Amino acid sequence: MRKVAVIGAGMTLFRRRLMETPKELCFEATRMALDSAGIELKDVDAVISGSAPDGFDGVHMKGEYYSDGCGAYGKPYMRVFVGGGTGVFSAISGWYHIASGLADIALVVNEEKMSSCQPHPQSVFAHIWDPILDRPLKPNLIWIFAMEMNRYMTVHKIKKEDIALVAVKNKRNAVDHPCAQLADPNITVDDVLNSEVLAWPVQRLDISPPSDGAAALVMASEDAVKRLHVETPVWMKGVGWCIDSTMWTDRDLYFPEYVARAAKMAYKMAKIDNPRKQIDFAEPYDPFDYKELHHMEGLLLAKKGEAPIMTREGVTQRDGDLPTCPSGGLLGVGNPIAATMGVKIGELYWQLSGQAGKRQIPHEIKTGVTNAWGDLMQYGAVAVMGV
Amino acid sequence: MGQTPQKWPGIELSNDDLLNKKVTQTRYHPRAKFSWSAGEAISRFLNELKEGRLIGRECKHCNKILFPPRMFCEQCFKPTSKWVYIKDTGTIQTYSISYLDKDAKRITDPIYVGVVSIDGAAEKMGIMHYFGEVTKDTIHIGMKVKAKWKPPLERTGSILDIEYFRPLKEGEQ
Amino acid sequence: MTFAEKTTDHRKLRRWEGNIEADYIYTSGLAGERFFTELRKNGRILATHCPRCDLTYLPPRMYCERCLAELRDWKEVPALGKVEAFTVARLDEEGHEAPEPQVWAFIKFPGIHGGFVHIVAAPEEKVKRGLEVRPRLKPQPLRTGEITDIEAFEPAEH
Repeated sequence: MRKVAVIGAGMTLFRRRLMETPKELCFEATRMALDSAGIELKDVDAVISGSAPDGFDGVHMKGEYYSDGCGAYGKPYMRVFVGGGTGVFSAISGWYHIASGLADIALVVNEEKMSSCQPHPQSVFAHIWDPILDRPLKPNLIWIFAMEMNRYMTVHKIKKEDIALVAVKNKRNAVDHPCAQLADPNITVDDVLNSEVLAWPVQRLDISPPSDGAAALVMASEDAVKRLHVETPVWMKGVGWCIDSTMWTDRDLYFPEYVARAAKMAYKMAKIDNPRKQIDFAEPYDPFDYKELHHMEGLLLAKKGEAPIMTREGVTQRDGDLPTCPSGGLLGVGNPIAATMGVKIGELYWQLSGQAGKRQIPHEIKTGVTNAWGDLMQYGAVAVMGV
Repeated sequence: MGQTPQKWPGIELSNDDLLNKKVTQTRYHPRAKFSWSAGEAISRFLNELKEGRLIGRECKHCNKILFPPRMFCEQCFKPTSKWVYIKDTGTIQTYSISYLDKDAKRITDPIYVGVVSIDGAAEKMGIMHYFGEVTKDTIHIGMKVKAKWKPPLERTGSILDIEYFRPLKEGEQ
Repeated sequence: MTFAEKTTDHRKLRRWEGNIEADYIYTSGLAGERFFTELRKNGRILATHCPRCDLTYLPPRMYCERCLAELRDWKEVPALGKVEAFTVARLDEEGHEAPEPQVWAFIKFPGIHGGFVHIVAAPEEKVKRGLEVRPRLKPQPLRTGEITDIEAFEPAEH
């Protein structure tokens, strides 16, 4: 398999409502990515796009609908969708297009416009539940996160104060992200603990908001990197993905087994056998604050139950031993499902190529890991990137 | 060569801009209706609920009773072999106390909901359902509960034929 | 290997009914905002031009789909168009018989890449490929900044 690098990236602002159409959002991110890589559309061999349910934008076959904004006209094109896992999985799809030899340069464009769905994207999200077993109970999607959070907290005896530390860290980190929707330099643990209880134990400040936005990457083969004289390619060292059963009531939710399997697949490819030592920083998927901890353990960066302790000790701060979500994560920057690629893979690219500006981790970093998580507590997509 | 981006695109709109048509827009309401087949296993499951009983399906290969019942086992990928009645008591695996209804509107009387694993089924296999006759101080993971069924005439063959799961009383089975 | 059992009494097989409830608001976007605002206020149809590819897009786009350049060149579209292809619809949106047959056409304009799909307000016998048509706009106070501000296209020789 050939080596593949990310050589450029772009993203739009993440906001609750943006004026641009889905096509225009794609164009804005794609144009930025092309400019950042210093190439033109004619140099691109294939285009991959990731986007979550058509039901958000309200256009059936939206991947095809906005494909012109992705620069896909006349090119090999496919849309991938694995729920929230799409943010990392579409980059994995870009990887296999190039690793297989089918393309030398690929564009990966992820987009989400959740504001079209009125009164709230919840109306579409709600359809993830089984129509016969779950939906008659009239569930709100937040219930399932609350149930997972409760199980995780109870099994490991974790206090809400420790979980709130993640929301505080990420929303403060996000102050340095130019696209951030919910940055807050002054947020405290008390603010989180005093926020409205939505479905105990989930409170308002534990959650990331729905957002509109788009992100794009340019990926290239080793030959293309040489040919284009790319100064700071960031290599895809390992990729992995895994799905668990839809029957989430069968599983013990305290540990994301599927994330661990995807991580093992990625670490094996990257020749990493001691992740805690060999990974320098991480961007785990953090739509809720407890998810950062849950995923740190799933990514084998912390022993089960240990992630809150590491957080409390400051290990995951930007200047700590394992900076985690230096971007500000979804909690601080926003959560336009598939477009979170900009905050996950995008952040790994910007950090490892020294382009992260005020967010730049102050010590030397060579390898990072990120994951995206999707479906009904089911899907894990993991990528290890390095220089 | 390429450059680090300096400008980050995106024009923000407020809720007022959108709802009060300060920007041009088109509105639409889809009319999608569905009739989902319950299938072999869940049809039987629903029919048994109407009779006030819980039923599972045995996977001989894994030596487990699967609940809710299914015609094939996900773990070994073989067809399941026979129907098995199980009890209507169980254990709370996890729960939430919700102050939001399904449309994200605030409610004052919270809904207690969670996963209950049913006695007789394979370990930790269960369903999501409501909990009743509990308070936020009494409900806990590991609590033993029993189904409170609706009266026979009110049952229709639905998961709601069980009104909620309530704490198991002393001496009850 | 197939399932070990199969129900043959259809009365024992159950269905569950429901629907997908959501409402949508679609913004016109950056290019669309200018297009629809101009249509609503002044009754003019605008397009955008890519100088590199020499294509003028209708409906106007913020970017060229061929070279992905950002487009800033706006032009007015000449109001006389031609029917490129058409069909006669006898069923409505839901598949029921429509009260009257409706002629739908793809209308192109000279020098313009793209065009409109719209209703042609003419009896079906009069419509043929190449028919010259003009847009008939709603009166200005009734326009809302949507494609329906154009009520229909009419044959040019009226």
